[in-house]
Amino acid sequence: MHNFINKEILNWNAYLQLQARHCKDKRLAEFYQVGTYNDDTPLKDIEFVALDFETTGLDPKQNSIISIGLVPFNLNRVLCSKAKKWYITPQDKLEEESIIIHGITHSDLKGAPDLLRVLGPFLEQIAGKVVVVHYRNIERAFLDLNLRALIDEGVIFPVIDTMQIEAAIQSKQCEGFLNWLKRKKPGSIRLGNSRLRYNLPSYQPHDALTDAIATAELLQAQVLYHYDPETPIKDLWL
Amino acid sequence: MEVELLEIQDFISQYPPFDELPEDALIEVVKSIEISYQRANTNIVEFKDEINELYMLRSGVVELYRRNGNLYNRLDQGGLFGQMGLLTNNKVRFPAKATKDTLLYCIPGHIFYDLCERFEYFADYVESEDSARLKQAVTNKSEGSDLTTSKVTTLLTREPLILASDTSIQRVAQIMAEEGQSAALINDLKNEQEKHFVGLITEHDLCAKVVASGLSVDNPVSDVMSTDLISLDHNAYISEAMLLMLRNNVHHLPILKKERPIGLIEVSDIVRYESQNSLLFVSSIFQQQSPEDLAQLSNQLKDCFIRMVNEDANSHMVGRAMSEIGRSFKQRLLELAEEKFGPPPIPYCFLALGSMARDEQLLVTDQDNGLILDNNYDPEIHGKYFEELSHFVCDGLDACGYTYCTGDIMATNPEYRKTQMQWEACFGEWIDDPNPKALLNCNIFFDLNGVYGRTKWAEQLNRFILSRTKNNKRFLACLARNALNRKPPLGFFKDFVMENDGRHNNSINLKRRGTAPLADLIRVHALAIGSQSQNSFQRLDDIIEAGILPKSKGADLHHAMELISIVRLRHQALDVESDIEPDNNIEPENMSDLERRYLKDAFLVLSNAQNFLKFRYTANTF
Repeated sequence: MHNFINKEILNWNAYLQLQARHCKDKRLAEFYQVGTYNDDTPLKDIEFVALDFETTGLDPKQNSIISIGLVPFNLNRVLCSKAKKWYITPQDKLEEESIIIHGITHSDLKGAPDLLRVLGPFLEQIAGKVVVVHYRNIERAFLDLNLRALIDEGVIFPVIDTMQIEAAIQSKQCEGFLNWLKRKKPGSIRLGNSRLRYNLPSYQPHDALTDAIATAELLQAQVLYHYDPETPIKDLWL
Repeated sequence: MEVELLEIQDFISQYPPFDELPEDALIEVVKSIEISYQRANTNIVEFKDEINELYMLRSGVVELYRRNGNLYNRLDQGGLFGQMGLLTNNKVRFPAKATKDTLLYCIPGHIFYDLCERFEYFADYVESEDSARLKQAVTNKSEGSDLTTSKVTTLLTREPLILASDTSIQRVAQIMAEEGQSAALINDLKNEQEKHFVGLITEHDLCAKVVASGLSVDNPVSDVMSTDLISLDHNAYISEAMLLMLRNNVHHLPILKKERPIGLIEVSDIVRYESQNSLLFVSSIFQQQSPEDLAQLSNQLKDCFIRMVNEDANSHMVGRAMSEIGRSFKQRLLELAEEKFGPPPIPYCFLALGSMARDEQLLVTDQDNGLILDNNYDPEIHGKYFEELSHFVCDGLDACGYTYCTGDIMATNPEYRKTQMQWEACFGEWIDDPNPKALLNCNIFFDLNGVYGRTKWAEQLNRFILSRTKNNKRFLACLARNALNRKPPLGFFKDFVMENDGRHNNSINLKRRGTAPLADLIRVHALAIGSQSQNSFQRLDDIIEAGILPKSKGADLHHAMELISIVRLRHQALDVESDIEPDNNIEPENMSDLERRYLKDAFLVLSNAQNFLKFRYTANTF
């Protein structure tokens, strides 16, 4: 089975069922048990949840998650009424330079729970839905490694990466001899820049919830432009 | 855990009507929003779709269309649509299409209704703002001279009277009398410089709270002033002022600029302003120099009509204004005719018959008219003059949208150019020797009104008619029988009209089945009691006073007439707005649930009143 970046993927539903049996943590087991969609489910029938983390730095081995924003959506609607946001006490120190990026200060985090305390409610929100992120290496790696550090057990689930989609589209548009001659370069695939190509408004970046909403809107637009509501989920998830 | 959706909150709080909402209400709105992305050239909602949301544009461009496909409005960032549908019958009124990639905020209907309920500014905005736009779209070259497009400041003629709160009541009354003001604002002593005010005193307060209760006029005015003050910003539209005053049942409204009062408007200011508008139209009729110019001007008649309907004028007001305008067209055409054919060789009176005479004209109307000629009329000598004059006038009226009468009841028909004596003889014959068949087509002659020339002759003729009809059992029985010919339907369902015999119809003619039989019925009673009035509402007042109807049935008839008329004129206005030729037909699926229910009640009243008519006038006669 090959997806659009030509990389073999797992049978996600089977994988999650397997994890459900083997994992030790009760919360994770419950999450895995809900499972996910069948490979061939069309996009129009899928409940997505857009997810964004703010972190203390870029290295998932050293740094930790300090804020989680998520919003459920489908191809037609982003549901603000079900949006969630958590602040999390980091395991490492909050550095000055990261404060400059996300603007989350010590006083914001005062009294915030640690990751394990929000794990249950967080997994409950994303269970059974298809997670959508912009740049999966942050969200997937941070969640997996931060958890390993705490309970010696990670978590992996399928995600749709709007940045990967945008990268594939951009490189496809720059393929061919003529474009090589014109030295056409792929456009920027950062969240804000990607959104501009679909005439989506620019938001103040680096708020986990705003970025999650921005990601949800971007996927709605990408599907309308480049895919079809009937496209099966297996073509997009990783 | 309180979720902050700051990006969305910041956005919507910049645009009216959300800009005035308190933060907690704003947060509630934001939390309810669903976001939807629409690619360019996507239809968002279609005409008559069920609608349960208000839409706000976060980015992009959306165009709204009329039923016939013409562009109605174009919206961009911050624009709203869907409020019309939400406020009427939850059906999409104007289909919407994204013409550029668009991001929409969808706000659920229950939140919208809740905001309308709780925040006056919000309700006013979504109700009047759109009618203001509508107005612009309808009148095209609107000069900004009506209630929904003019600001309240246009009503202000002078500074408000501001007096200190310790002034004695008597002194206040003296100053109000000297200044010719019916109200004054009262300011707080501490804030004299600031021009802040803490109360309002009106002539009514002086009457009710001072004179009536025997309070000493030496007391300070602060004892009797009203302190529950309602005011309006100077940027508001006149229509908003009117709504605010009606809703709160106040007659004076302080107008503020940066929280300082810059004037005080009264209900009468608005009434005066409005009548100036219809007067303006009438006066421009008299400035036209040819039938062609008049025909040109008559195109604006629809705008005038729509303005009155949208401003919630009652049907009597609309009918009277439209009839006055119709009479003015006739009068000007007659003046032009006399310029062309020379002064009349003998005196005459030009008659309006039917709805115009009753002051009940709406938009779709044909012309019914006639001539009373001097008794010295000689067809050999004068015939040609009046024939030419009649053709000139009737042709001119037709060109102005008052189509020729299909029954040929027009001055162009020699039958209806009679001398005073001939008319009296004619009416005498109808009344004294009645037969239902002959009377069938002459109903409208019993509603007559002199428009031009010797208008006194019309009044004389009316008196003659009444002297013969009053208590004339045989005649009234004939007339009553004819008034029973048109029966109202049994009821209305979602998409059909249920007839008495169980048949279904797709539409109903509200004039033929509603207002006309009501007018017929009221006419019988009016002629029976010798009422001099022509207008159905005024006739009803006379009938109620004469005490011939069972208790409260008169008021019921009044309401039924008003309701059917209002539905009829609202639907005509809707047709005009949608560029459809207006008519008197209405399809039940285009009515709101409320309209269907009320109409059913109104028709029941008509049906009962017909039974009573039958009992009262036709029993034992045939």
